[in-house]
Amino acid sequence: MIRFILQRLAETALVLLVMSFVIYGLISLMPGDPIDLMIASDPSLTPEDAARLKAVYGLDRPLHERYLAWLGAALQGDFGYSRLYARPVLEVLWPRLGNTVLLMGASFTLALLLALPAGILAAARPHGLGDNLINLVAFAGISIPTFWLAILLIILFAVVLGVLPAGGTATVGIAPGSLAALADRATYLVLPVLTLTLVSAGTLIRYIRAAMIEALRQDHIRTARAKGVGPIRLLLHHALRNAMIPVVTILALDFGTLFSGALVAETIFAYLGMGKTIYDAVMGNDYNLALVGLLLATAVVLLANLLADLAYAWLDPRISYR
Amino acid sequence: MVKMLPASLRAMLGALALLLVASGSAAAREQLVIGMTQFPSTLNPNIDSMMAKAYVLGMAHRPFTAYDADWELVCLLCTKLPTLENGLAKLETLDDGRQGIAVTYSIHSDATWGDGVPVTTEDVMFTYETGAHPQSGIANAEFYRRILRIDVKDDKTFTMHFDRVEFTYNAINDFELLPAHLERDAFAEPAEYRNRTTYDADPANPGLWFGPYRIVSVTPGAQIVLERNPTWWGEPPAFERVVVRVIENTAALEANLLSGAIDYIAGEVGLTVDQALAFETRHGDRFDILYKPVLFYEHLDLNLENPILADRRVRQALLFALDRQKITQQLFGGQQPVAFTSVSPLDWVHTGSVPRYAYDPERAAALLDEAGWTKMRDGIRHNAAGDPLSLELMSTAGDRTRELVEQVLQSQWRAVGVDIRIRNQPARVLFSETLSKRQFEGMVLFAWLSAPENVPRTILHSESIPTPENNFTGQNYTGFRNAKMDRLIDAIEVELDRAKREQLWHRLQVLYAEGLPALPLFFRAQAFILPPWLDGVTPTGHLDPSTLWIEDWRVSSPAE
Repeated sequence: MIRFILQRLAETALVLLVMSFVIYGLISLMPGDPIDLMIASDPSLTPEDAARLKAVYGLDRPLHERYLAWLGAALQGDFGYSRLYARPVLEVLWPRLGNTVLLMGASFTLALLLALPAGILAAARPHGLGDNLINLVAFAGISIPTFWLAILLIILFAVVLGVLPAGGTATVGIAPGSLAALADRATYLVLPVLTLTLVSAGTLIRYIRAAMIEALRQDHIRTARAKGVGPIRLLLHHALRNAMIPVVTILALDFGTLFSGALVAETIFAYLGMGKTIYDAVMGNDYNLALVGLLLATAVVLLANLLADLAYAWLDPRISYR
Repeated sequence: MVKMLPASLRAMLGALALLLVASGSAAAREQLVIGMTQFPSTLNPNIDSMMAKAYVLGMAHRPFTAYDADWELVCLLCTKLPTLENGLAKLETLDDGRQGIAVTYSIHSDATWGDGVPVTTEDVMFTYETGAHPQSGIANAEFYRRILRIDVKDDKTFTMHFDRVEFTYNAINDFELLPAHLERDAFAEPAEYRNRTTYDADPANPGLWFGPYRIVSVTPGAQIVLERNPTWWGEPPAFERVVVRVIENTAALEANLLSGAIDYIAGEVGLTVDQALAFETRHGDRFDILYKPVLFYEHLDLNLENPILADRRVRQALLFALDRQKITQQLFGGQQPVAFTSVSPLDWVHTGSVPRYAYDPERAAALLDEAGWTKMRDGIRHNAAGDPLSLELMSTAGDRTRELVEQVLQSQWRAVGVDIRIRNQPARVLFSETLSKRQFEGMVLFAWLSAPENVPRTILHSESIPTPENNFTGQNYTGFRNAKMDRLIDAIEVELDRAKREQLWHRLQVLYAEGLPALPLFFRAQAFILPPWLDGVTPTGHLDPSTLWIEDWRVSSPAE
């Protein structure tokens, strides 16, 4: 097992190295570098200014040279400066990473807590009243556009009822670290978390329901039922564990979005997370920020898949890694 | 129950209640929360130029000179505007025989950085050093190139020597002072300056600011908090604290305004006019909404090397076929005035005596016939060779307002037999590649931003056509070449006599309207959505933001 984990970690490092070059190359291939953007907006720039600024920004060097220079510095812990925020890249990313973990972690957990019983309940009596109602809710969650739901919740809770803030991350003037600050922070999380929970729970319910129905058709379930195992034990002990294998795969893939974030929700709620940061960095030609943000998201997906592989072995003793 | 209380006690309770309400309102009005849609990429006044930054810095920093709401050049940091008439500007002959000009400014005697250090000529010299350094990354190199030298008279007075005489000789709006005592260390390695500037590394440092407010906290991408600057020398501003919140999604921005999370949506970086009109219909009774036409000239740049568009008759026909008055009335409630040239009707050099191309589809059809586009097939005109009159129209993808305008243009041109193919691109691709490298085939819909009396050298002079040889600098994207226009631009720049300059401007506008290097559509407007209790916000209509006069903003009534 240890050998398997080490091997996978080495593979992860290799994939990240390749991805860093691919992402760097792709961003560089995008039309318009920062100086092109400056030329378009500053009429007083002369040809000499353009050449001078390209040299200052290092854009006059070939792609591989720029990449190797970045890689050399990155290996020593220097990930460069963000062009958009004029700050070291990690200084920009860390607080946003924290915000994203909080937002997506909370909505991911809540969605799972909601979807797990709902999916099991729906699968227990397929096409029954409960299943139909749960499906209705699940399809509503899948079909409602995130931006529409977000605006609707803002109008209801912030404009009409006035009980929750419409967006942002904290109220200005509250002393950080105090209990009031924690409570204040929590109020700002309610609407974005609710939005993302409702949207992602629908998909999860459908996956869990399908996996449970499939598991309940297995021979060992029929045998257990014949042996007189009660319905609750049958569902939770015998079927759920088998049903979780495909669900874990989906969860591992979804885990990647935890760090790349929820762009739409972050934009509407003016919430500073990874999704919006990466998007802005790509659109604003902020090489360093986009690169590190995307690499971070890639790393998380790879690690989540490693965890999923390990979970398979725990869920199904027939699976073993050597 | 109140009836059972003695009259005196009732009076006291009433007074107390009034006092509580009044003090509550006063406390609430100690803070103004402004919403806008963009976050500044840097807070250094001299690196990058963007409206969001100018808006925020207007509260905490002051340029030497700026255009006010009447479009007059005024002193903000200086004490007296230098002119040839008052003797503070003097013509001088340069070593090579050309004529230059020496302009003397005095810094306001009480001007002091937020940490108590006086603003002096040391800051002037340091700012000049950073701007003139080839590696500093400060883009506005042209201004610094024009300065031959700066002579310091004393701590507060200095003279700038410029290499040529232009009518804008005393406008140094872009010369924003940097605090030498804080920034010198960051400038130790000029090539790294843009990354190390204190404005981004430590923006809450009080020594960076000398305006009515100083920045006390920055949450990148989200908000900037400013508080009264105790060292401000002018009229004290009304609010103890100003919070600038950035919400990019305009629907969410509106919701925040309605919920009271923000007080005011900045016109400079807020809702578009059509969004504001829709907002006004729903919630106009709760807010004061001001519309101010601005120097954003919405137009169509044409590729004059396209054989169809090279024919002036076709360009004129295209304009005759458009009902621009109806477009602005129906899409923008008439708030965005129709443009006849690139010069705004609000600019003093504007003239109405130019060909106006009022909506006349018959005239458009006649001109197209005359140009050889006579055969109609499937509703599209063709020439004798059988080529269709088909043009590509581009703009910024995702800009809902422009996409709407494009559809109206397409439909109006279709009515006279012109086929329009719409192909939009993301803004960064359109501006940094397609336009600046002149890779568009037909027309591009976008806007020029300018200052009052802005000479269109980079847009209309033949030397400003972007080519690979000049590193694609210049903004004459249409490829317009006209010797008369070149001469007029050269003459306007150096004409100091206002009356003579006005005549030159009139000739330029006539030439523009006759030659039609671009098709004028309208001047954009900005929508300021203000709470009824906020007074004194005066939109300028140009690039100098209303926040440069934030000390004039006041609460109109003590209670709401």
